[in-house]
Amino acid sequence: MIRAEHISKSFGDQKVLEDINLTFEVGKTNLIIGRSGAGKTVLLKILVGLYPPTSGIIWYDDVNFTALDKKRIRDIRMKVGMLFQGTALFDSMTIEENVRFPMDMFTNKTAKEKLDRVNYCLERVNLKDVLKKFPSQLSGGMQKRVGIARAIVLEPKYLFCDEPNSGLDPKTSLVIDELIHDITVEKNITTIINTHDMNSVMEIGDKIALLHDGRLAWEGNKEEVLTSKNEILQSFVFASPFLQKVRDLHVE
Amino acid sequence: MRQVFSKPENFRMYWKETMRQMNDIGIGSLIIVILISTFMGAVMAVQISYQLGGQLIPRYYVGYLVRDITIIELAPTITCLVLAGKVGSNMAAEIGGMRQKEHIDAMEIMGVNTSAFLVMPKIFASVSVVPLLVAVAALVSILGAFIAAVPTGLFTGAEYVEGIRAFFEPWNVFMMFVKAFVFGFILAAISCYQGYFVSGGSIELGKASTTAVVMSNIAILIADYVIAVVLTS
Repeated sequence: MIRAEHISKSFGDQKVLEDINLTFEVGKTNLIIGRSGAGKTVLLKILVGLYPPTSGIIWYDDVNFTALDKKRIRDIRMKVGMLFQGTALFDSMTIEENVRFPMDMFTNKTAKEKLDRVNYCLERVNLKDVLKKFPSQLSGGMQKRVGIARAIVLEPKYLFCDEPNSGLDPKTSLVIDELIHDITVEKNITTIINTHDMNSVMEIGDKIALLHDGRLAWEGNKEEVLTSKNEILQSFVFASPFLQKVRDLHVE
Repeated sequence: MRQVFSKPENFRMYWKETMRQMNDIGIGSLIIVILISTFMGAVMAVQISYQLGGQLIPRYYVGYLVRDITIIELAPTITCLVLAGKVGSNMAAEIGGMRQKEHIDAMEIMGVNTSAFLVMPKIFASVSVVPLLVAVAALVSILGAFIAAVPTGLFTGAEYVEGIRAFFEPWNVFMMFVKAFVFGFILAAISCYQGYFVSGGSIELGKASTTAVVMSNIAILIADYVIAVVLTS
């Protein structure tokens, strides 16, 4: 479980986040949604410790993450996997080397054990025959799956995904969403996804937090999205007339 | 700097990265260093011969002057100024590109001490390979002077060899290696710093590379003066 307590963040005079209180639960896909510029990415970067909050506390289970020194932050981070918006795969390494990198860095496994684990992770994300390829030789969707494979290779307790569907077609987006959801349930990990993809919200949103102008505007789950009277949520999720009709039909 | 020289998470990975950097810096720069040193020696021999021509100074002095100027000043300084342009800009661009593509963030989140993993191998590689390149440059420069001047009749081979062997001070070689070591550290440290803290897009990355080269060159020239004062006083 990860908990954000009274998190605020400013860059100079500009307030980006204000008094965010959120709990991200274990074994669930926790979604942070909101318009561009709402503060989603900043919140995610604060949660993983890439930005320090201006005020507030981040708890990883019962550990005060914001009070840790760099060495102990690194200890926690070894339990963290992250899928980046641009995948952040190392261009000069093959897919095998990319996925193996965290194991090379932090484990004493034999070459065979590492290869077995790489193969397992790639199979888990439905990728075959890509070991010796380079990231540039794969499609966007395949790169995202390699990113997921690398994120889960050390069996993380916490998984962060920044816009996992950006730049993907709707069908591939669904595949990625299902994959992340299945891994979350199967490994019982705390997954936090930063998205503005409405398919993701309605498919895998076990818990959803809506950010608006740096504040927490709404919290709930995918079922409650349909029935909520929150105007900010309704105008964000059902932005198009078509979606409004779909919602009305569903509610009727 | 303390972060950079902290204990590695995995010695084997750091060693592998250091070897890769040594190859990039050493083998990757060998041709340009040989080319520049050859012409540096050749030009020096021709110009010193021209300067001393018609005077009462023995001709073997050309060899002696070429040797000492090369070892004390030109081999370490010119080689490192060239390496700051070639290797330094490459280091800044490599690390800066990783920053922009979120590779550094990805490593940080994995728990890697990125300032150590990305910078320490480059500094170690630089301070160990640059002195070797400078030694090669000194040797090639002295040979370049021979190749340019002896066949054209500026002086005989025997005169040149006599000059090369005259008044030899091993201290000068020590000074050359001190300069090479310090310049190697300067060019790697400044270039990595510029790349690591780059922000923005491709224009900023280009500026960081340029700044890395300019700052390294200035720092090398200042260090050159300081070392010269300290080691010759």
